[in-house]
Amino acid sequence: MLIKQLSVFLENKSGRLTEVSKILGDCGINMLAFSVADTSEFGILRLIVSDPERACKVLHDNDFSVNLTEVVCMNCPNEPGALAKALQILSDNQITIAYLYAFSTGDSANVVLKPDQLEECIKVLQEHKMELIEASTLYKI
Amino acid sequence: MIWNERIECATRDEMRIIQSERLSETVKRIYHSVPYYRKKMQDAGLTPNDIEDIDDLRKLPFTTKIDLRDNYPFGLFTVPMSEIVRLHASSGTTGKPTVVGYTRKDIQMWAEVVTRSLCMAGVHRNDIVQIAYGYGLFTGGLGLHYGTENLGASVIPISGGNTTKQIQLMEDFGSSVLCCTPSYALNIAEVIKEMKVDISKLKLRVGIFGAEPWSEAMRKEIESKLKIKAIDIYGLSEIVGPGVSCECEEQCGMHINEDHFLPEVIDPETLEPVAPGEIGELVFSTITKEGLPLLRYRTRDLTRLHYEECACGRTLVRMEKCKGRSDDMLIIRGVNVFPSQIETVLLNMSEVEPHYLIIIDREGTLDTMSLMVEVQEQFFSDEIRKLQELRIKITKQLESVLGISVNVKLVEPKTIERTAGKAKRVIDNRSI
Repeated sequence: MLIKQLSVFLENKSGRLTEVSKILGDCGINMLAFSVADTSEFGILRLIVSDPERACKVLHDNDFSVNLTEVVCMNCPNEPGALAKALQILSDNQITIAYLYAFSTGDSANVVLKPDQLEECIKVLQEHKMELIEASTLYKI
Repeated sequence: MIWNERIECATRDEMRIIQSERLSETVKRIYHSVPYYRKKMQDAGLTPNDIEDIDDLRKLPFTTKIDLRDNYPFGLFTVPMSEIVRLHASSGTTGKPTVVGYTRKDIQMWAEVVTRSLCMAGVHRNDIVQIAYGYGLFTGGLGLHYGTENLGASVIPISGGNTTKQIQLMEDFGSSVLCCTPSYALNIAEVIKEMKVDISKLKLRVGIFGAEPWSEAMRKEIESKLKIKAIDIYGLSEIVGPGVSCECEEQCGMHINEDHFLPEVIDPETLEPVAPGEIGELVFSTITKEGLPLLRYRTRDLTRLHYEECACGRTLVRMEKCKGRSDDMLIIRGVNVFPSQIETVLLNMSEVEPHYLIIIDREGTLDTMSLMVEVQEQFFSDEIRKLQELRIKITKQLESVLGISVNVKLVEPKTIERTAGKAKRVIDNRSI
């Protein structure tokens, strides 16, 4: 149930994002989803990729500050109110979220979540029959 | 006016006699009261009897900031603390500050040399002197304060900052003399313009500026913007504070109060005296100080000395504006900063590797310091919040150690250039 997310530290200067995507592309690593969190001076690029371990290594070898963080990916029906329902479950159970981002493939909407309590989050979502995506499935999308 | 004509216009021979007597007395006192100095002299095979006149000065070992640090805080004081009436402190090369102590007589001597300096600058007792140097541990504010009172002029002890109030008091009180750092003087000039104050209505006529290096170009700028005569004053807390030397109205070098502070210029590599008139590192021996006398103290300031009589009538030796430093000390808004202080802060933080670069800029008239710190993988987090907390932590710790604010920038690994030899830690973009 745990998904490995790749995080990359980026200074706010032009061309850095291009470089990351180029390095990954050259290694045949596919980017499935990503989000950029930014401040006035730096940003953090968070990525779900087809091969997180290898992506981490190549970026590290290219002098990027990278790490792998465990996150959860939840599949929501692609319809109004679905996300609200899922988030309500989490807040009812006092699970806070550091950040989240979403991507959709066909009819399904996927939400990547970084909760403060990872195990607890998975347990609660499973108890409420929310569909969590397996890492092996996700990396092949 | 010349405050102390007998001294300030003495012949070289007269000065030599005064200096020699005072030097040999100081050496005796230090030898008998400070074990650290006694040992240093014994290691050099010296006894106080070997120092009879100023030509013997060369035999004595040097003193540096390291000696002060090793004896932190009061180890080099030659009198018991009951005799010390004042303490000041400036930056040390690492976390600990450099502490100086003054006896009552030291404070009087300091007031005397500052009074002489004010007279050199053309200040007289009818003047209203606005002291916009910081008051506190820094010697600038209180140093000028006591000298101004000793002269009999009126002091406005406003200290630094609060620029609009500075200008308001200039208008209302009719300040005729301004004492502050040269960069702050320019800052005041800009705010005067912004506030649309008519400069011709101000009574300002003299500025006494020091505590940081400034160029002739900057002098011209200050003089034309504030419509004043800008005078350079020099000093360092280890020796006494401001008033070690000061320019006269001829503006052709700073007269050293050499009956109290005996100057030498040495080659910082060989430590031998340079040929007369050559540039080298300025070294001072204090020959009247009681609390913390220092022998052959290396200032790290590079300059040269001129012994010819000045057009003002004074014979006191003149030093040129400092040409730079023989170490890596930076002076930012009048505050001394050593890159090693920053390194110590970073090394004490487990999260950070000491790959850093200091960038000094002058934005408008004020110096700013930025610090680039590489974000290494071991403390890189996927959460913005954690990185911002780290940035604030570094900023706060630096501020508490350095006493000035630093703009900390987190940068990617390997952004900071690695060099094979001595790492380049500072980029100074100021044109001073």
